[in-house]
Amino acid sequence: MVPIAIDNVTLEYDTPAGKVTGVKDVSFDIGASEFVCIVGPSGCGKSTLLNVIAGFLAPAAGEIRIDGKTVTGHGMDRGVVFQDFAQLFPWRTALGNVSFGLEMKGIAKAERDRIAREQLRLVKLEKFVDSFPHHLSGGMQQRVAIARALAYNPSVLLMDEPFAALDAMTRDDMQLLLADVWRATRKTVIYVTHNVAEAIYLADRVIVMSAHPGTVQADIRIDLPRPRDPLSVEFVECQKQLMRHLGHKVSGNGAGH
Amino acid sequence: MTDTIITSTPKTGASKGSASMSDQSKSRRSLWRAAVVLIIAACCYEAAARSGYFAPALMPKLSLVAQTFVAMLLDGTMIEHSVFTLYRVMFGFLLAVLVGLPIGILMARFAAVEGFFLPLVSALMPIPSFALVPLFMLWFGIGNLTTILIVFYAATFPMMFNTWSGVRSVNPLWLRAAGAMGADENALFWKVIIPGASPFIITGLRQAFLRAWIAVVGAEMIAASDWGLGWVIFDAKEFLNTDVMLAALVVIGGIGFVFEKMVFGSLEKATIQRWGMSRVAKG
Repeated sequence: MVPIAIDNVTLEYDTPAGKVTGVKDVSFDIGASEFVCIVGPSGCGKSTLLNVIAGFLAPAAGEIRIDGKTVTGHGMDRGVVFQDFAQLFPWRTALGNVSFGLEMKGIAKAERDRIAREQLRLVKLEKFVDSFPHHLSGGMQQRVAIARALAYNPSVLLMDEPFAALDAMTRDDMQLLLADVWRATRKTVIYVTHNVAEAIYLADRVIVMSAHPGTVQADIRIDLPRPRDPLSVEFVECQKQLMRHLGHKVSGNGAGH
Repeated sequence: MTDTIITSTPKTGASKGSASMSDQSKSRRSLWRAAVVLIIAACCYEAAARSGYFAPALMPKLSLVAQTFVAMLLDGTMIEHSVFTLYRVMFGFLLAVLVGLPIGILMARFAAVEGFFLPLVSALMPIPSFALVPLFMLWFGIGNLTTILIVFYAATFPMMFNTWSGVRSVNPLWLRAAGAMGADENALFWKVIIPGASPFIITGLRQAFLRAWIAVVGAEMIAASDWGLGWVIFDAKEFLNTDVMLAALVVIGGIGFVFEKMVFGSLEKATIQRWGMSRVAKG
């Protein structure tokens, strides 16, 4: 819904051994309603970068602008979904979790419930509005987390490996569901993953990062028609191309890199 | 693919139902077990009392204890003693909560507060409240003030300590998520930190009450006059009224049990057990 500019962002960690550069001079733009996946090996700073975009961390240099405004902290223009299932508030029902952001906005109870129910329907959990998180499976909890991040209608959705802790079958269902949700809401999405197939399935564009320090290595547009078929020749070709950027050896196409 | 989602959902519902069923039968079974153990213990006592090994005046039969208990109940003295004791314990306990809870929270949030109170807690918590009774008696006299202050002393530190641990253990992800959803300091405090720390806060309330209940009976023995369950026991000693002592002990145990199981047990059931936040350690 709104464009994002990531402009020469550098981030440093304080470690006992001194300052370590986690992300170095990263720049790219994201168009309105674009679905961008950031992939890279662990340690490339992709999650850190997402945390900077979310406003949880401040960059050492450079800046991030969302719709022209520089990010200085977290804000309600962004919704965040984490990997850990424990992100939900265990003392609130699914409905209570989803309405939290609306509550913070000062929206009246009846309206809050109506919107929250609608969001839970979007992630196909309308039967579980009154369930507490510990009665829901991991996949269901992540769906509640997505509904919660969407409920207060942020223009940007930031997702940090939200399906990484799920089993493969549930993950497939969740990717399908997320693609549907994205089509319905047209949010600008930044999605961090280390799963190449997942990135190709979901993204308009894949940003490949390399590690030590984290930099942008490639910026690849995925032009496959949606809904995408992970078993099609084009999909697999795309996957090979991306793997090569990540430095994997891909059979039949010679050595990568 | 959506089908798999839908077929997976009733399974969760079913397992939820069976879990609560087994919980219910489990609690009924543990109740039975407790009753059986108590009956066995009572039989052992009765056998010892009837053996003639001890003088009957020192070890009265259960029937006599029951008689005394009913008589004291009917003439209202036992109720009045209990009311006095409950008044002291509740007053001191509530005071301890009012002081311990906010200080525990402040300790967890501000390093300076923690730096000030933590050594104090470490130094004062191990002192048995009973050891302070003679001193408090000299300072505050005999009666309600001393007993309430002893209760307060006994209950404050567990309340403070558990609250402090609880607030520190709040999952940072909850704070992040809430912050991202626009929660201000006030909302973070009431809607995330307090419920997030609730398992520890409830444990704190439980421990504080238990210590308060033990402290009040001890304090009443020395520092109360005319009323209170502790005073009854101490007073009965002068006249060798072991039946009165035992009857008072039954009341002390009974009230403690009611608070532990009914009050704190149901508080736990309605909150952290319902939310899946209590790690139940029993088999």
